Amino acid sequence: MVLKVELVSPTARVWSGEATSVSARTIEGDIGILSNHSPLFGVLVDGQVVIHGTNGEATEFKVSGGFLSVANNRVSILTESIN
Amino acid sequence: MTRAVSAVATFSTTNHPLTTASENPKRAAVLIISADRGMAGAYSNNAIKEGEQLAALLRERGLETKSYLVGRKAVSYYKFRNRQISGQWTGFSDNPTYEDAREVADALIEAFILDAQVDVNGVDEIHIVFTEFKSMLTQNAMARRMLPLEVVESEAPAPAGLLPMYEFEPSSEVVLNALLPRYIQARVFNAMLQSAASEHAARRRAMKSATDNADDLIKSLTRLANAARQAEITQEISEIVGGADALASASAGSE
Repeated sequence: MVLKVELVSPTARVWSGEATSVSARTIEGDIGILSNHSPLFGVLVDGQVVIHGTNGEATEFKVSGGFLSVANNRVSILTESIN
Repeated sequence: MTRAVSAVATFSTTNHPLTTASENPKRAAVLIISADRGMAGAYSNNAIKEGEQLAALLRERGLETKSYLVGRKAVSYYKFRNRQISGQWTGFSDNPTYEDAREVADALIEAFILDAQVDVNGVDEIHIVFTEFKSMLTQNAMARRMLPLEVVESEAPAPAGLLPMYEFEPSSEVVLNALLPRYIQARVFNAMLQSAASEHAARRRAMKSATDNADDLIKSLTRLANAARQAEITQEISEIVGGADALASASAGSE
């Protein structure tokens, strides 16, 4: 199983596709998501989001705050701004 | 986003200030989204009228209303009638950005968090009036209650089965605290975008009918001008012919 990942800012969908793992920084610390993760809803702080795509490429984004939601192998990351 | 909010709201048992309705509401904020510029037919008027109806409804329930206005048209309407304006934002109605929406939403949330019973700036409810964009031909001005949120128990089954049982990190209260202001911002942003789309559609339609009217006018005036020119020519010819006739008969008589 692969993860279907969407990284969304208020104005655009910045990244979407399939990935093997996603890591992000929540209020409580860094968290890594692999496939078949249990449903989760987390609050992100300023930091990096790294998406490891199925093609072996890792994509990094700097986000400032936001939310991470995981359910049924779908990961959505909502953020206010992305650099 | 909406799905996430409903998941959080459904599974949290906490009483967040943003979701609990006041027992005895005193004041309500009404956010009206209108246009900055005219030439858009009845677009702004419809939104303002809808706002008036909502305000009347709220007054019937014994609530004071506070007006928050977006767009120069609504502002000048309220200024002309000497009404109090609690907040106004202009200059971005045709192309709103998320920053604009955030500014407006934050002002509303700030007023909502204040206790309306003791603070004259506090409000118990927030309503929004915007123009829903259905298609290029149909746009509807409508009023919606934004806060306090209602957890609606919908009869229809959820589209993709049950909502998953979310784990919250760090806890549902913290998530809700962080999420709800964003949700309001997103709602305001969505309303602004729909209103902007409606404004452009309304303006396009108004300009189209203005063009059609002008075309009709040009057609009828061209006909009128042609007829007048023709009449002038006919008259000149008959004058010339008449003059030539008179000359011919005069010279025939002198011979």
